[in-house]
Amino acid sequence: MKSTIRRVATGAALMGMVALSAACSTGPDNEDPATGESASQGTQAITLTSNAIVGGKNAAEAEWIDEWLIPEFTKMQKDKGVDASVKFEPQGVDDEDYKTKVALDLSSGKGSDVISLDGIWIGEFAQADYIKPLDEVTDMAADWDGWSQIPDAVQGAASFEDQRYGIPQGSDGRVIYYNKTLFEEAGLPSDWQPTSWDEILDAGRALKKIDGVVPIQLNAGTAMGEATSMQGLLPMLMGTGQRLWEDGKWAGETQGLTDVLNLYKTIYVDEGLGDPILQQEAAGRDTSFSEFAAGNIAILLEGDYFWRSVINPAEGVGTAPMEDRDEVVGYAKIPSMTAGSGIEGQDFVSMSGGAARVLNPNSENADLAWELLAFMNSPEAFEARAAGTLSISPRDDVNEELLKSDPMLTFVSEEVLPVTAYRPGLAEYPEVSLSLQQATLDVVSGTSVEEASKKYADDLGGIVGADAVMSN
Amino acid sequence: MTTNIDMKLKQPTASSHLLKMLGRMAFVLMLVVIGLFFAIPLMWLVVAPFDANPTMAVKWPEWTLSNFERLLQNPYALGSILNSLLLAAGTMALTVMFGTLASYALSRVRIPGRDALLYGMLLLSSIVTGTAAMVPTFQLMNAIGLINTQTGVILVMAGGVLPTVIFILKDFMDSVPKSYEESARLYGAKPYQILRDVVVPVARPGIAFIAIWTVVQVWGNFLVPYILLRDPSSQPAAVMMFTFYTESGQADLRLISAFSLIFALPVLLIYFFVNRKFGFRFYGGIKS
Amino acid sequence: MSTLTESPPVTRTRHRRRADDVAGLGARRAIAFVGPALLVIALFLLFPAIWTVYLGLTNYRLTGLAAANTSFVGLENYASAFTDPSFWNSLRLTVVFVGASGVLGQTLLGFTLAWSLRRVTGWARSTLEALVLAAWVIPGSVHAFLWIALLDRRGGTLNTILNTPGKAWLIDNPMTVIVLFNIWVGTAFSMQLFSSALSAVPPSQLESARMAGAAGWQQLRDVVIPNIRGHILTNTLMITLWTFNTFTPYLLTAGGPNGKTEILSVYIYQTAIPGGQLGFGAALSMIMLIINLFIALMYMRVGRSKK
Repeated sequence: MKSTIRRVATGAALMGMVALSAACSTGPDNEDPATGESASQGTQAITLTSNAIVGGKNAAEAEWIDEWLIPEFTKMQKDKGVDASVKFEPQGVDDEDYKTKVALDLSSGKGSDVISLDGIWIGEFAQADYIKPLDEVTDMAADWDGWSQIPDAVQGAASFEDQRYGIPQGSDGRVIYYNKTLFEEAGLPSDWQPTSWDEILDAGRALKKIDGVVPIQLNAGTAMGEATSMQGLLPMLMGTGQRLWEDGKWAGETQGLTDVLNLYKTIYVDEGLGDPILQQEAAGRDTSFSEFAAGNIAILLEGDYFWRSVINPAEGVGTAPMEDRDEVVGYAKIPSMTAGSGIEGQDFVSMSGGAARVLNPNSENADLAWELLAFMNSPEAFEARAAGTLSISPRDDVNEELLKSDPMLTFVSEEVLPVTAYRPGLAEYPEVSLSLQQATLDVVSGTSVEEASKKYADDLGGIVGADAVMSN
Repeated sequence: MTTNIDMKLKQPTASSHLLKMLGRMAFVLMLVVIGLFFAIPLMWLVVAPFDANPTMAVKWPEWTLSNFERLLQNPYALGSILNSLLLAAGTMALTVMFGTLASYALSRVRIPGRDALLYGMLLLSSIVTGTAAMVPTFQLMNAIGLINTQTGVILVMAGGVLPTVIFILKDFMDSVPKSYEESARLYGAKPYQILRDVVVPVARPGIAFIAIWTVVQVWGNFLVPYILLRDPSSQPAAVMMFTFYTESGQADLRLISAFSLIFALPVLLIYFFVNRKFGFRFYGGIKS
Repeated sequence: MSTLTESPPVTRTRHRRRADDVAGLGARRAIAFVGPALLVIALFLLFPAIWTVYLGLTNYRLTGLAAANTSFVGLENYASAFTDPSFWNSLRLTVVFVGASGVLGQTLLGFTLAWSLRRVTGWARSTLEALVLAAWVIPGSVHAFLWIALLDRRGGTLNTILNTPGKAWLIDNPMTVIVLFNIWVGTAFSMQLFSSALSAVPPSQLESARMAGAAGWQQLRDVVIPNIRGHILTNTLMITLWTFNTFTPYLLTAGGPNGKTEILSVYIYQTAIPGGQLGFGAALSMIMLIINLFIALMYMRVGRSKK
């Protein structure tokens, strides 16, 4: 009897607490951030959101925003006589969940003023009318002097149908990493730069003789998700001269695709140069990182963040740190199938991605939001940002200055970015990517290349419509 | 009335003794195997958080508390546990109160369409807690103005959990004998008093069980708080768990293992505490 | 309300009696009691659920053209689902999963534990119960890590114990793994339920059976089971519904390898989220709901016929 009363009382107290905490959390949290209402007169409030959070995902970016960007920007505005208040709304979740949340916000006319998006989503968000071209949101964007420092191709990562929607956050590139110690053991050169697929396969064959070592890791399968497309299939496809999307049509059952799938077959099925089981494990990609770090995988195709965020020996940075990274790990450009067979007749290829920051068309302080965005992409901002972890910025002038200290990133910036390609920023891309991943999975699991290729083409037709498929 | 005459039908022989021994050994062996089945996967949770370099393997750790230190430095980690407690307590309180009232009434009074209502609600609760109802829930909370409030999250989760709770509790209430209620009524007690003073004490173990069940459901729920809350300092631990990944989606096992332990402990403690106090018996009632 | 209640027959705890308004609630007060719960459910459960049903009839996507111009497509989503072979694959896998891990696995193991532990007391019982409950109480995301650690190909606990290094359990025997996983996670519920149910079986009946010379398993068959039949049914129904809708196996196998463990909840997730096809996802959820309804009706039918 008493305990019942006690329980009811506790319950009521808790309910009261909850109600109280809800009431007390009024303020910028509860209000529509885009309206920027505030108590004091004349304060313009803007918010910014990114998939970064202190102590978790992309912590360096979050710290930069909290500790440098907001104080500096507020000060700068104050000097101009503007009372600005900037709030950072961090997130730290899986990319897909972040995308969902941002989409939900935008679909209901809310959301932060400056939003960080993966470049590949810009197409679908634009088609859904969630975001608008920069020039429609604010007049100030067109006059920004930063545009001249950002190459057209990189600007393209934040554009859709030739209109700019935001500013790219940076750029990245894919390279071939290799373990110099294992190469020495196999009698291979330590400053290796393959010029064709055959040279990669030859190296693999030599490495196969070493016990317990997996020669080549070329991402495959659906478990690795977009990493299969970005680090595996697409760079190789570029190397055959076949673009994924061109002039309104998607590549279906093409010679290029057949060549790439044959490469997968050679590596994983015919000659056992790779570990097919790893491609099917749910955490396969993470495992490929730790296996490479442990010296069990000799050749790995990955992005530059593998160098700076995974095997980075610096304290607390790398998740699979390699103490001797700078001595043991080599990197080389990804070759085309044969010299000159790549897109635009290139000998070497790569793929790039990267995030972009866009403006919210529902913003009430669009001009101020633009000023924040421009400020985030100024040389000083990048300098402050690089103090945490160095990465490739979108601006040429900044890269020239800051990357001097890091040979690998300079390598990517100077030699890889000029030959890179981007994914088509169209709404259908995620589904197409999934079909590509499935094709690699089929081949690695034993299906014939013809069958896998045909199945992919059928799926593609179902996604984009039969008219938009090209084949040769 | 039973007598205590020991009615053995056969005199024990040596072989039947042996059989009995073997039977006992097999019994014990079975229990040990089952015990191991449940214990072995738990081992990672006990070793990895204290390892300086944890992997997915259960290995003898390089003993350290540095993972916990790093967690403490994280501005959101501990706060999220408090948020989880808040959400769990709120949902539990609401669910227990409304659920007890509702299940009692449904058990004792023949409301037309009762069964259909119960089953219908039970089934609907399975889709709304899924990803498909994400957009409607979000838009609804936006419209009501409860977006980004913990009250909103509590209400949505309570709505999802109540049908099951009422279903289970009603079953339980059905088996509580009515004699006490009748006597209480004869003494002039009002229905609410009867519920509070007679039924609830008897039904306490069942209520305790669904209280814990609610806490467990809320504790692990990621989707609802993630969708409805913006500010990471109000997010519960279930959401925070996913922030310990790097930009390329790689799991930071040092933080994840330590956080898993801290994440799992409160529920374990709450469970064992309540078990100690109430004991979970479903259809206790009065034994005849 | 001064309604006279009839005095019930001599009290024997039967578990499925008709409602008897012994507290004199009366219809009006009863509705008031049910009111608050119903309000919360109606607003926060029913309303979004109906909206979801509507979504299932559209081609709504979270992003892309269809987000800006959602059109009503009627039953087209359902047609796509029924003509998709992966849907039927998924359904088949789900049936196997639910049957093996839910109906058979958890129920049997839970009952075995409850039955065996009746006579066992002391630390043995507490430890065993604690382990089983711990498995159940721990949050889902932690479960996944624990089992991935157990089954890890390189250094996992299972491979170490069985001395089978390199065996990829998650790849070679994915269905077996998720079935065992689900049994591990859920047995506690059945164990608790049966434990209580067994303790409510009238000892007098058991005693008579024993005196009549019935062996252990005969007592089980003739005395215990008839008494707890209703509970077996409730338990199995709840477990079936929960197992049907559980999503945690996704964290273990992500529906793989190559769709071999793509149970319905995973299938829905993989269509709705990466592609953002929420309209299609809603339709699939409705299909799942109807299947659940079918199961529930079946149970109700069996339950009624046993009265």
